[in-house]
Amino acid sequence: MPAALRSLAPFFVFAAVYATLALVITNSYYQLMMTLVLVWASFGLAWNLLSGYTGLVSFGHAAFFGIGAYTTALGQIHFDLSPWLLIPVAAVLGGVAGLLIGIPTFRLRGVYFALSMLAYPLALLYVFEWLGYQEVTLPMKRESAAAYMQFADHRIYTLLALALLAMIVVMTRMIEQSRFGMALLAIKQNEAAAEAAGINTLKWKLLAITLSGAIAGAVGAFYAVVLLVVTPVSVFGMLVSAQALTVTLFGGVGTVWGPVIGSAILIPASEILHAELGHVIPGIQNVIFGFAIVVLILVAPEGIFWKARDFAYRRWPALVAQPASGAPAQGTEGMPGTPAAAQPFPSGDVHAKGDAPILSVRGLSKSFGGLKAVQDVSFDVPRGSILGIIGPNGAGKTTAFNLLNGFLEPDAGQVLLDGRNVIGRKPHQLCAAGVGRTFQIMRPFARMSVADNVAVGAYVHARTDGDARRAAADAIDRVGLTGYADRLAGELTTRHLRLMELARALAGSPRILLLDETLAGLGHTEAEEVIAIVRRLAQDGITIVIIEHTMQAMVRLVDRFVVLDHGAVLVEGPPEAVTRDPRVIEAYLGKKWTAYARS
Amino acid sequence: MTPQLLENFLQALFAGLTVGSIYGLMCVGLALIFGVMRVINFAQGEFMMLGMYAAFYFFTAFGVQAALGPTVGPYVAAILAGPLLFGVGYIIHKALIGRVSGTRAQVEGEGHYAQLILTLGISLIIQSVGLIAFGSILVSVRTPLSSSAWELGPMWGDLVSIFINKSRGIAALISIAVIAALALMIGRSRLGKSLRAAADNPEAATYMGIDVDRAHSVAFALGVGVTAVAGGLLATNYPFHPYVGLEYVIIMYAGVVLGGLGSIIGPFWGGMTIGLVQQLSTLVLPTQLQNTAIFIVFLLIVFFMPQGFFGRVTERT
Repeated sequence: MPAALRSLAPFFVFAAVYATLALVITNSYYQLMMTLVLVWASFGLAWNLLSGYTGLVSFGHAAFFGIGAYTTALGQIHFDLSPWLLIPVAAVLGGVAGLLIGIPTFRLRGVYFALSMLAYPLALLYVFEWLGYQEVTLPMKRESAAAYMQFADHRIYTLLALALLAMIVVMTRMIEQSRFGMALLAIKQNEAAAEAAGINTLKWKLLAITLSGAIAGAVGAFYAVVLLVVTPVSVFGMLVSAQALTVTLFGGVGTVWGPVIGSAILIPASEILHAELGHVIPGIQNVIFGFAIVVLILVAPEGIFWKARDFAYRRWPALVAQPASGAPAQGTEGMPGTPAAAQPFPSGDVHAKGDAPILSVRGLSKSFGGLKAVQDVSFDVPRGSILGIIGPNGAGKTTAFNLLNGFLEPDAGQVLLDGRNVIGRKPHQLCAAGVGRTFQIMRPFARMSVADNVAVGAYVHARTDGDARRAAADAIDRVGLTGYADRLAGELTTRHLRLMELARALAGSPRILLLDETLAGLGHTEAEEVIAIVRRLAQDGITIVIIEHTMQAMVRLVDRFVVLDHGAVLVEGPPEAVTRDPRVIEAYLGKKWTAYARS
Repeated sequence: MTPQLLENFLQALFAGLTVGSIYGLMCVGLALIFGVMRVINFAQGEFMMLGMYAAFYFFTAFGVQAALGPTVGPYVAAILAGPLLFGVGYIIHKALIGRVSGTRAQVEGEGHYAQLILTLGISLIIQSVGLIAFGSILVSVRTPLSSSAWELGPMWGDLVSIFINKSRGIAALISIAVIAALALMIGRSRLGKSLRAAADNPEAATYMGIDVDRAHSVAFALGVGVTAVAGGLLATNYPFHPYVGLEYVIIMYAGVVLGGLGSIIGPFWGGMTIGLVQQLSTLVLPTQLQNTAIFIVFLLIVFFMPQGFFGRVTERT
């Protein structure tokens, strides 16, 4: 992965400087500090891998750290094993713990997930105290010290920590630029949209927590080797979990640089304050430290890295050409001559399966408590047609979409895709089966480039990252955004964001596309442009179902209308008939207008 | 069941109910802040610690003991801690937390992280300032009530009698009274309505002429004040030091997650559950594992009833 290696160049420069510095410093106190900076940076990276990229904040990473630390301590005491062996073992145990914790805890979301994570390390803390491991000291090995990772020269620990950090940084970078990283970022932005874009969110989250736990376990194991003493509070305590958060949030979330910057500033600052002031007034060092955190977060709430990058981006745009979230150099493989002709995936299978409707809805019903959101709705969508679902606000349009792409399970009824009932399938499975969708409320991945945003949608069919890039480039071309591919999504206008969302759905090569109020918030001419694009997609063979609450724009686009009102189908038919239907006018305007409309 | 077992059980049950009421009050304070502002306040344990010391100093140094004596004094001092910490909370929200939350920042995404680390920083400062100001020696609010008890019984033919610690019993009653007053205020008063509106839909509330940022400040201050009263009440039973917040913040979070974050009464039952589990677990487990029992019960409830006792399913899963 040459792009990944190139983007790592700054890190290796940093590592070289740091190693030189570590070799020069002989004071053992400062040596320990230099090691700890790297340890906490590594631990921050472990936390970042789960929480920074998925947005699921974990307050319980001390669980993995502590398991790792006790693995080395107890493994060496009871089985006389070397840390060289025990650190990998700790990584495995940490990973297993991550998986076991993730399976039940991912049932929770948001703040409930965050707070539940607190319980694991604290439960373990008391168990280890009860087991009598209040203070475990690693036995000194005089003869074969190196075989037990015990060195008189503390500089070796710093170099080992640097090697550990480098491994984690390289791994994080590779993940960042793979479909794994894309999936995690997509989950962070909008889990529902990610699921609809064909991402098996639970699978990726479990993989993330397993890896994150493994890294944290290894780091904890190494920490025990460096400090030689392990106590339950020092490895399972709440301050350990908080340390991971602090260095990462301070430095910047969702980038390899964040934990490194945060740790390099905070750890020496707190240690020096401790050494210089701690004996004058005990506690004053933490007051100053706390104030530093508070002031910095008021100045740069998103962390130092992002603040600095945004500043540099404004000041010297040419210098920071690539988004630092790690978009690999675009176009090295995709650019030369990839017009529509070189489509990697035939996006519409026009000739398949004769005239049977691609999608049939039979007696679909869904209630929320007493509210019948959708009642006994049936309609067919012929292959290659454009169906408009319209109705006043609250008519059940979006609920109907959620039933169609698997976000909700209906109380009754069937959804037939190519004649097969797909009720009970997950959104990502339906996406893989050819159902793409966009959302009424846009949630672009603001810090990612347009190309990366769209690539998230392409992974559902792409075998390699290169395939995904090509599919994304093609989808961007089809909606006419090619000139914007390298822009950050956060800089786009509403019209371009709508088109980008459309491209993201297209990148998964859907056979049927569900568009939820794609025209909302657009001016007249902008809407016309989007309509033209949608029409072209239909001509290419993609079946389209589009929701709108206004009719005008849609009349010349759709082949048929389904009008929903109070969750039920009011009228179904071609546009000319539907617009003149008195029941439709009544639903939209109220009874008294029906008379006007008739006359 | 032998009379001895029954007595132990009832004893633990009543201890759990009284301690649980105080925990419940603590949780209500934290939940109030989260419910209105959607901010996880890591410094809540430290505010509770400040409440303990406030009660301690009101009692010993500011004449409450001299004026009201050692029996009534501690409770008056605990209640006085409420308004004082209300003021502290209000100022801290205005000066710091309000800058990265509320209408001035988006609550999701990056703003969310800023609030977390900000409250972490604040908790560090309060802890350390506490250490400098109060010293690290364990102190407690002394009242003769904490070493006397009401006796229920003897029952079952003189075999079973239960002792309820007077100090804890009174603290539990005061906790319940404070919660009732708070529920009344939130349900009925104009202020309460503006808090609920700001919690429900900040944007709509703004258009209705409600000052959402002010509502956040009030909610934060109120939450801090309520938890401080709970701290003051605990101070009569448990000795404390400047780092005591860490021990209780966990109980608060667990109780709040159990009870659900949407209501006032939910977190109270969450805290009550924690109190009961803590006390009843001593019947079967060694005391060191008391807290592990809390977390295991907590995780079990969360997994089998992900909606909590009172929360809404959609918010949690």
